Amino acid sequence: MNTIGKVTGIIANLVIVETQDRVAQNEICFIKHDNTRLMAEVIKIMGQKVYTQVFESTRGLKVGSEVEFAGHMLEVTLGPGLLSKNFDGLQNDLDKMTGVFLKRGEYTDPLEKDKEFEFEPLVKEGDTVIAGGWLGEVKENWIGHKIMVPFGFKGEFTVKSITKKGSYTMNETMAVLVDKDGKEHKVSMVQKWPVKVPIKAYKEKPRPFKVLETGVRVFDTLNPMAEGGTGFIPGPFGSGKTVLQHALSKQAEADLVIIAACGERANEVVEIFTEFPELDDPRTGRKLMERTTIIANTSNMPVAAREASVYTAMTIAEYYRAMGLKVLLLADSTSRWAQALREMSNRMEELPGPDGFPMDLPAIISNFYSRAGYVYLNNGETGSITFIGTVSPAGGNLKEPVTESTKKAARCFYALSQQRADSKRYPAIDPIESYSKYLEYPEIIEYLNKQNGENWTKNVWFVKDALLRSKEVYEQINILGDDGVPLDYHITYWKGEVVDFVISQQDAFDKIDQRSGFVRQRYMLENVVEVLKSNYKFDSFEEVNPYFKKLINQYKQMNYSEFESEEFKKNEKELEIIIQERKVA
Amino acid sequence: MEKDTKAFQRIYTKLFQLTKATVSLQASGIGNEELAIVDGRLAQVVKIMGDIVTLQVFAGTEGIANDAEVIFTGKAPTLKVGEDLAGRFFNAYGEPIEGGEIMGEEREIGGPSVNPVRRMQPSEFIATGIAGIDLNNALVTGQKIPFFADPDQPYNQVMANVALRAQADKIILGGVGLTNDDYLYFKRVFDDAGALDRIVGFINTTENPPVERLLVPDMALSAAEYFAAEKGQKVLVLLTDLTLYADALSIVSNRMDQIPSKDSMPGSLYSDLARLYEKAVQFPDGGSITIIAVTTLSSGDITHAIPDNTGYITEGQLFLRKDSDIGKVIVDPFRSLSRLKQLVIGKRTREDHPQVMNAAVRLYADAANAKTKLENGFDLTDYDERTLDFARAYSEKLLAIDVNIEVEAMLDTAYELFGKHFSPVEVGLKQEFVEKYWKKK
Repeated sequence: MNTIGKVTGIIANLVIVETQDRVAQNEICFIKHDNTRLMAEVIKIMGQKVYTQVFESTRGLKVGSEVEFAGHMLEVTLGPGLLSKNFDGLQNDLDKMTGVFLKRGEYTDPLEKDKEFEFEPLVKEGDTVIAGGWLGEVKENWIGHKIMVPFGFKGEFTVKSITKKGSYTMNETMAVLVDKDGKEHKVSMVQKWPVKVPIKAYKEKPRPFKVLETGVRVFDTLNPMAEGGTGFIPGPFGSGKTVLQHALSKQAEADLVIIAACGERANEVVEIFTEFPELDDPRTGRKLMERTTIIANTSNMPVAAREASVYTAMTIAEYYRAMGLKVLLLADSTSRWAQALREMSNRMEELPGPDGFPMDLPAIISNFYSRAGYVYLNNGETGSITFIGTVSPAGGNLKEPVTESTKKAARCFYALSQQRADSKRYPAIDPIESYSKYLEYPEIIEYLNKQNGENWTKNVWFVKDALLRSKEVYEQINILGDDGVPLDYHITYWKGEVVDFVISQQDAFDKIDQRSGFVRQRYMLENVVEVLKSNYKFDSFEEVNPYFKKLINQYKQMNYSEFESEEFKKNEKELEIIIQERKVA
Repeated sequence: MEKDTKAFQRIYTKLFQLTKATVSLQASGIGNEELAIVDGRLAQVVKIMGDIVTLQVFAGTEGIANDAEVIFTGKAPTLKVGEDLAGRFFNAYGEPIEGGEIMGEEREIGGPSVNPVRRMQPSEFIATGIAGIDLNNALVTGQKIPFFADPDQPYNQVMANVALRAQADKIILGGVGLTNDDYLYFKRVFDDAGALDRIVGFINTTENPPVERLLVPDMALSAAEYFAAEKGQKVLVLLTDLTLYADALSIVSNRMDQIPSKDSMPGSLYSDLARLYEKAVQFPDGGSITIIAVTTLSSGDITHAIPDNTGYITEGQLFLRKDSDIGKVIVDPFRSLSRLKQLVIGKRTREDHPQVMNAAVRLYADAANAKTKLENGFDLTDYDERTLDFARAYSEKLLAIDVNIEVEAMLDTAYELFGKHFSPVEVGLKQEFVEKYWKKK
């Protein structure tokens, strides 16, 4: 018998419930209102008073309404068929909802319980298995979706029976497992898991040692993201966060991509809905949508579900990681989630921390980031979650609590700069402010040099230095005037501009330039390094600007032409001619 | 406000707490967000604790006694919707300002959101005739975009022009703390244009209590939803000025003893504004809601919490600026941005539109650099001189808000200015466009 309570207080979506019986922190409950049940989560217990945050509008709700506690925390349903779905923050299938407008209290099944899947067993009777162990496999789009021992099973189990190869629906029994006390447990294709608890069905989480190719040069070349790494992109509005996230979700070398649209614009989600089913995934030849799952809690959807949406997304990512897959998780924007926490903390009249955010905000953020990572599964296979979150700093000021807390938790920092966006230098990631801690990991350096040639990291640091030097002399030129500085200053400045225009900047709307693989990036980096190392002869500073503009323009033509095509080679030849005009030994 | 009491309604007369904006009393069976009449004034339930109900009185509590009559209506704020709305002006409670009745169906305002998977991607170009908008920052149906403007700038005039030229089926004006003069201005402009039958107005002027303003955007958007979702019409909603809406929110939150966040604004400001702006939508059957709003700034500061949160919600923003070179107000090409323009320019407009737009703005930026050079006492090159001449003509013929021409004419004008001041190489357009559109001398 579930615990029952009664509503005794309502302040916006904070509802106070009184009960005499057992309730747990973070337990889910349903508040009866007219003919609907509104889902809520327990966030504080004070004697018989239980504070709950309701995931829906509380308009019309009255005191005295009956509340039924569910006996479990907020859970997601894990099973085959999660890919290419559009969920809300509570994992309701948005496509199954009726009508144009969302209805309060309408909850839909995240999976297709009547759909048949081709099952193939991976264990035999008598095998010993533990939580997360692979019992069998079904086909989901192009991936082999593993049917696993439920993550909550403790200790070792013996396989008593396993279903034969064939077609089954997800709720049928696929295996019967026996625990050490001889008790039998039936396992289907579906299991549930509380979103706020990390799934730890792996043996070890090493330091990341591989790089996740994104096709975006300012990531891959200058600030590489490790597979299983964490990073964040803070930026004021209009600096191109969304375009960049979309580029990552389209191009990254991941098996699947989970996008948590957390408190952002609905039209941006619609863009994904509209485009991804049309776009090809070059890795599989299928449509991009087939490897993508969207968790949409847009800014006008209930605020409390915003927090849930990022956890729902992370839990689904962990589920697929346990199958040995490479998952990319994007959350846009984690600031909206922090704001949801602030709204609730405020209604509960907690003492506020900086800017009114709850005191434990840094802890919440770093706990969340720590759920990403590269793992060795118990069966020796590997899987990973690479997590990139965006942050929307208030007023574009990076000294605010969400940015600062995230900076402590994430290993890569991609600072979008208003100034770069204003001068249309896209992606507007500041090449000097931004960093990737992974570029200092010996295992990453080794990996990169092995993949991209032994001089790779040396070259990367060389062009990074060129950018920094360029910025320094630019300030000097601005103070002293064009003719007040030595001629060399102009050349140093323009060499940095070459790196900026040719490597940092990239046209996300150009079919060719939008995606640049490591092979191409290596070719261009080596080319640019050589140009930077050469000396050029000029008689006056007035000659420097037009010359390098011409050089950059020629490089851009190369970036716009298909790698190693006739056009590319032709452009490269013309580049060589331009270089020879001024190059001296 | 209608105050007809029904027989079964219970009347309370014992208020035990009064603040400037709220009253509290003992009552039972009351729904959250329900409306009540307190001493003849409209109020809404904002908090229920056991049998203590707290009401926010929209018009303020001045003069209300602790034995005032409180009648609960049993419903959240509503609006009667129907074809009857067209051509009329209403107050914040949805009552016709000039008296009379409205025939229609009663709807709760501030209703649920559109399921994101039922939305369509906006794709229809809205022509306004203003080149600073159409050429550089094209608007699209279903978009939400504010003017970021200082209070002395003519944003209401520009908005009225945009509304009249935009070929919308309905124009819904939400006047939030509008001065009476501006209200009469809008009325006159719409009347002169013979467009009154397409207009619906919900007006709260500075003469009305500030907290009443909180109802206006929801009223306007509920009316918009009726015409767009049910009648399949293209609806343009004008909300001016949402800074005053946010100010009213902060008043209420302050009276409710909530802890303020940045700039004394309530912590929920982002969600509160997003709830309004996200009503902008393109429905699959052709109906759409486009929102053009105004956010007034304090001397151009966009880092203040109101414009800052707005910027994260809306799909771009439009800046007005007085160009001292030509003495006219222009749409600032640097700071203005329409995020959805990519969906229509070069697709719904002429193929060369994106290139011409970028080239002109780039040359205008070169002019700005030349100007800085001049101010710092450096010599100007011949190119610098030409960019300055170009910038003046570009401002005058294209950026000024009094321009009213078709997109095709804007593009031709741009070529004319390019040809007068630059060589094709300096402008850097694709060769095929130069051959096709660059006028040979």
